[in-house]
Amino acid sequence: MKIKRILLCCITLMLSHNLSATTLRMAFDSDPISLDPHEQLSEGTLQFSHLVFDPLLRWDQNDNFEPRLAKRWERVDERTVRFFLHQNVAFHSGNPFTAQDVVYTIQRLKTSPDFRAMFDTIESASVVDDHTVDVHTFDPSPLLLNIMAYVFPIDKRFYQGRDQIIKYGNSFASHNVSGTGPFILKSRELGTRMELDRNPQYWDTNSRGNVDKIIMTPIRTDSTRLAALLSDDVDFISPVSPIDIKRAERSTNIQLVTIPSTSILLLHMNQARRIEFQDVRVRKAINLAINQTLIVDKILKNFATPAGQLSHARFLGHREELLPKYDLKEARQLMKEAGYEKGFRVSMMAPNNRYVSDEKVAQAIAAMLAKINIQVDLKTLPKAQYFKEFSHKSADIMTLGWQSDTMDSNNLFEFIVACEDENTGLGAYNASKYCQPEIDKRIKQANREMDIDQRQRLLQEIESILYDDAAVVPLYWQSVIWAAKNDVKIRDIINDQNNPYLGDLVVETK
Amino acid sequence: MLIFLLRRFIQACFVMVIISVISFAIQDKLGDPVQQMVGMTVSVEERQQLREQLGLNDSFLTQYWRFTKNALQGDLGTSFYYKKPVLEVIFQKVPATLELAFCAIVLVVLIATPFGVLAAIKPKHAISRIVMIVTSIGLSVPIFIVAILMMYLFSIEWNLAPSFGRGETTQVLGFWESGLFNKDGLNHLLLPSLSLAFALMPIFTRLIRAEMMEVLQSEYIRFAWSKGLSSNRIYFIHALKNTMLPIITIGGIQAGTLVAYTILTETIFQWPGMGFLFMDAVSRVDTPLISAYLIVVGGMFVITNTVVDLIYGLVNPTVRLASHGL
Repeated sequence: MKIKRILLCCITLMLSHNLSATTLRMAFDSDPISLDPHEQLSEGTLQFSHLVFDPLLRWDQNDNFEPRLAKRWERVDERTVRFFLHQNVAFHSGNPFTAQDVVYTIQRLKTSPDFRAMFDTIESASVVDDHTVDVHTFDPSPLLLNIMAYVFPIDKRFYQGRDQIIKYGNSFASHNVSGTGPFILKSRELGTRMELDRNPQYWDTNSRGNVDKIIMTPIRTDSTRLAALLSDDVDFISPVSPIDIKRAERSTNIQLVTIPSTSILLLHMNQARRIEFQDVRVRKAINLAINQTLIVDKILKNFATPAGQLSHARFLGHREELLPKYDLKEARQLMKEAGYEKGFRVSMMAPNNRYVSDEKVAQAIAAMLAKINIQVDLKTLPKAQYFKEFSHKSADIMTLGWQSDTMDSNNLFEFIVACEDENTGLGAYNASKYCQPEIDKRIKQANREMDIDQRQRLLQEIESILYDDAAVVPLYWQSVIWAAKNDVKIRDIINDQNNPYLGDLVVETK
Repeated sequence: MLIFLLRRFIQACFVMVIISVISFAIQDKLGDPVQQMVGMTVSVEERQQLREQLGLNDSFLTQYWRFTKNALQGDLGTSFYYKKPVLEVIFQKVPATLELAFCAIVLVVLIATPFGVLAAIKPKHAISRIVMIVTSIGLSVPIFIVAILMMYLFSIEWNLAPSFGRGETTQVLGFWESGLFNKDGLNHLLLPSLSLAFALMPIFTRLIRAEMMEVLQSEYIRFAWSKGLSSNRIYFIHALKNTMLPIITIGGIQAGTLVAYTILTETIFQWPGMGFLFMDAVSRVDTPLISAYLIVVGGMFVITNTVVDLIYGLVNPTVRLASHGL
């Protein structure tokens, strides 16, 4: 009897001990290049920002805004929005979080080369009281909240005076960090390992997250990353390559979670380089000859959505009826009408390590175009070289992937199809050299239009013009794929921007 | 001896100058470092400014002259990504690579020597035949397939060894982060060093076998037999020692292969050493780091070859260094 009791005591003790620390070991393909959240606008930096900092607000899984450090907000007038901040929030350094920090952060963002373009619409931010901030824009801005999702307040007293943003140098901010986020950085060996501990004073006491410690290892090779998960060396990985999905599915204690993202892949047909591409019939024929559905089905194993337009279904500019169309007969007919029945030869470039299966997709496209007698000289390059070629627009057909930072159609239009203008930066990625004043006019209007229905009409009109003009070839929207052990409940914390909210992650304990 | 070393030193400098010129000349083909530093939406103007600050707009000669001036003062540049002097970054990763290479070499010696000798003295034995088959397979299968197969079997299927990384390290002598002194570190070493060893083993086994067979035919071995020496003494003292000479030469040449293979092994097993660092630098277009790596590796080549020549003299005293190898 006595022995039983002692045993029972022992077991209870052991169980309670087990509960005390939950460690999450994760492996992503990249790590943040710097601890400075304003140094580079990239996925790695944003993922890191969500760990160590908190945004004012963020998107939830249904694309609604979810209050974070700002508990609510209201529009004061056409050009001003007032944000009410949480009280009793502290930075990791111990400094209290106030309106001053938000104003300071916005000012710093406006000087960051990477974030400046986005924050150009914001005129200033001003302190109303200790926990209230007003944000003013130059013009009425329909996307102010979308931009505010990129404000991760940093610790003014910690950074001030030593806060230069230097991209290649040893700045204070690139090696030191103080945020309000759910995790505190413990150690970091660049490119090899990063360790974070749970913030014991985290303000969001409603968060269900129970991860006490995160060990993050960037693993760049796809197969090694998956092997690490399968061999129980890590608990959570992203991304998973479509070729490996079968292998991952065979394992019973691993879950694969995938979300269609809004990031689009498309082809540019350079009209300045090729006179043939100036003929809308040729562009239409190319659009008809490329079978997006087949590519998605066979190469991407359905981990993508075939696209007939640039705007994802969650964007305002999306039009239900614009679907990708495949019709070889019609394509050949159009080529004949345009006088290119015998076809012609074009050059094409695509990256081979930037997007999922990008090389194979490019090869498939070359084969599809051969069917309408367009001979493609395909060259695929590693991303480092590819984007250099892309900026010189050095091939007739070029692949591009784009994720709208503001989760809005207009960002796509501004960078990809607007007329090229070096002064305003419009059309910076327009490797089609396509220029349609009707589109530019609507882009400008949509940037100021506060009425959502009007705005939607403008953006949808742009999509229609693009579709009728066959300006580019939309291919598909990529999906993001994560894999984790079954007891790591990633399904609740992932989203289509690929910023897992790890602060809220629940790991089931046995 | 001194003259020999001096000549070697001059040779090394010459090699490094050539490497630095080549690495500088190819930089432009690797991609644009600025592209890697900024986000997609950054304007052309900002990029141009950054290029200007980094001195990337200067002509090849200006850039190379600046580099040489600094290099002579021991500064090979600052890594764009690590934001630290490149030599510091590289030397931080040296222990990992050297330990991996060391373990692989130990494995090669421990495995290749007995099997090679056995295959030479008992060519008809079943084990010898298996050794010959395995080595010919080993010669023809590329290392990355071996590595991936090992990872699949040992870490995924049987869960015997971790699949990536270096594990725990302990500090030795105050500066050397070593994985050799704790269980976790050794566990992590297992697969990478095995696959690296597997890449080098076949050639050494076959070489030892061939050399040994030749030596066993020679006059002095026959004389030893007729003198009635024990077979162990003949095989391992008389024959093996003379077998070593060509093997050391090949070993020196293979040091280059070893560097190439560590790049592959380290990439597959995410081993945080120099090879992995280099691959990473290439994908990030971290040009200062790429040049420095090539120069350091070039230096290591020259040093290993010098050491090989020195050992040569020790093993065979008839070789006179001063008249040997430049």
